[in-house]
Amino acid sequence: MSVLVFVESKNGKAVKAGLEAISYGKRIGDTTVITFGSASTEDLAAMGKYGAAKVLVCRSINEVNDQQLTKLIAAAVDDTNAETIVLAQDPTGKAIGPRVAARLGAGHVSSAVDIPDTSNNGFVVKTNVFSGKAFAHVAVNTAKKVIAYTPNSLPVNSEESTAEVMEFSPDVNTGGITVKERKLQEGSVAPLPEAELVVSAGRGLKGPENWGIVEDLANSLGATTACSRPVADIGWRPHHEHVGQTGIAIRPNLYIAAGISGAIQHLAGVNGSKTIVVINTDPEAPFFKAADYGIIGDAFEVLPKLTEAIKKFKASNN
Amino acid sequence: MKLLVCISKAPDTTAKIAFTDGNTKFDENGVQFIVNPYDEWYALVRALELTEANGGTVTTITVGTNSDDPTIRKALAIGATDAVRIDAVPKDAYYVANQIASYAKIHGYDIVMTGKETINYNGAQVGAMIAEILDQPFVSLATKLDLQENTATLERDVSGGVEIVEVSTPFVLSAAKGMSEQRIPNMRGIMAARTKPLQVIEPVASEELTSVVSYSMPDSKAACKYVDAENAEELIHLLHTEAKVI
Ligand SMILES: Cc1cc2nc3c(=O)[nH]c(=O)nc-3n(C[C@H](O)[C@H](O)[C@H](O)COP(=O)(O)OP(=O)(O)OC[C@H]3O[C@@H](n4cnc5c(N)ncnc54)[C@H](O)[C@@H]3O)c2cc1C
Ligand SMILES: Nc1ncnc2c1ncn2[C@@H]1O[C@H](COP(=O)(O)O)[C@@H](O)[C@H]1O
Repeated sequence: MSVLVFVESKNGKAVKAGLEAISYGKRIGDTTVITFGSASTEDLAAMGKYGAAKVLVCRSINEVNDQQLTKLIAAAVDDTNAETIVLAQDPTGKAIGPRVAARLGAGHVSSAVDIPDTSNNGFVVKTNVFSGKAFAHVAVNTAKKVIAYTPNSLPVNSEESTAEVMEFSPDVNTGGITVKERKLQEGSVAPLPEAELVVSAGRGLKGPENWGIVEDLANSLGATTACSRPVADIGWRPHHEHVGQTGIAIRPNLYIAAGISGAIQHLAGVNGSKTIVVINTDPEAPFFKAADYGIIGDAFEVLPKLTEAIKKFKASNN
Repeated sequence: MKLLVCISKAPDTTAKIAFTDGNTKFDENGVQFIVNPYDEWYALVRALELTEANGGTVTTITVGTNSDDPTIRKALAIGATDAVRIDAVPKDAYYVANQIASYAKIHGYDIVMTGKETINYNGAQVGAMIAEILDQPFVSLATKLDLQENTATLERDVSGGVEIVEVSTPFVLSAAKGMSEQRIPNMRGIMAARTKPLQVIEPVASEELTSVVSYSMPDSKAACKYVDAENAEELIHLLHTEAKVI
């Protein structure tokens, strides 16, 4: 089966979720990447490692204009005769995937967590629904299919291979959105939706002045920080850190939650995490039911101890 | 200014998720339905703020059956001018988008507003599809919206940060947290909502491009392993050797 994977590029670099989408595409069939921006040919060829055989790059596009990118992807579908189009289920994927599907008359599946089941001539994709509380198995009834893949659901492909890179310049003239300004978060840690390690805290931390111990632990791990909703609502932490049903849904490899009770709406956004560690003074806190590891104790004492232990661990592992 | 806000119902965030009919249907038994939070807290309230400041109307549109009427009345109680319900079971996202776009095409709106996603099916699909069918720009995950004549300035979430974008009306957006604050309807609003127009119209013919075959539940977690609060190193050891995440 011929697969086309859309990969977003930011400041000349492919986003991580896009590289994961290539690995996903490779599990389905022969994979061509469509991307844009100023990444070096060498970097683009390195997408072969994730499973891309060919990379089409449009150099005249540098920002996310949904109408323009939809035209670009549709042109690449024509060029490659792709039957299945894969994007990452991230902010850009959400803006573009359904739009591409509507243009192609293709069925669209969001939040895919596994490769399509094609037994009995079907095409059924397992997806996350009800904020991660359940899965739906969705059949796509059209010849062309668009799948938005949930990052960190499957292992990433790695092979000794380079992709063939080709410039691709279809007519993508369009008006629409103009990007005036872009404010990306500072620092080297991964943005929350892409983070593999997350340290999160809630109202149990008592006040914003106490977040130093949370940040110290995150820094020692190379983790991204997150918080519960009330903490963002009262302004202790920025809104983009709010995880849960009405915030960002994440599925990192490790989620450490300190001073968070584990309300159902909070769990909805984090229960896809591979490993959950809960630190809470209250042995009855509901979060322990969803945890893999628990420490019944005071975050003010436990977090600094964990930071020390991580530092020791890192030092002895180097 | 004419604004169209897409309103869907969703199970209350504490609802128990279970399935019936051989795991092919969501079990609505005992489930309370609410207005999908993104539609209500963000899209609808910001639409009301804009028309309160500049004049105009806010129409809500829902693809659903009469079981949606209570949530539609709630939106009217919060302050929408009038409501339209397209009388059909929402099949897939494309079906819903096609219904809404067909209506919007005839009536013409400056902005069609959706929520970021529905909290039951979490598709985040309908808004972008409406935009494509209408051939209009789509600003997804908008967290701020200001309007000067025909030019809108929006802030939107992108991976790793935010962007400020500009776009001319007409366009479609999906609303995320930050756009406005939740409004609790007052008694006057609730009374007024009873007599506000709720027009029920027939659906247009449209295909179903995807269908849910069945539902399943995640494997239940093994019991939590407790580590002594004094023994941070033990936890790190477990995370490394057992969970293999660090
Ligand atoms: C429609 C709706 C949507 C919602 N969406 C979200 C969402 O997306 N995300 C979200 O997080 N919430 C959401 N909520 C809110 C949710 O219901 C909870 O109110 C919220 O998650 C509680 O936050 P918390 O755990 O930080 O605070 P609390 O519930 O106040 O819990 C604090 C915890 O800290 C513990 N603690 C106290 N002191 C210490 C200490 N020194 N050391 C260790 N532990 C300590 C306490 O035992 C307690 O368990 C939503 C609610 C509704 C109604
Ligand atoms: N049946 C529906 N009727 C009206 N609007 C809907 C319906 N379903 C979804 N929407 C709108 O589309 C948004 C995204 O929905 P979804 O694509 O299902 O995640 C929601 O927040 C609503 O604003």
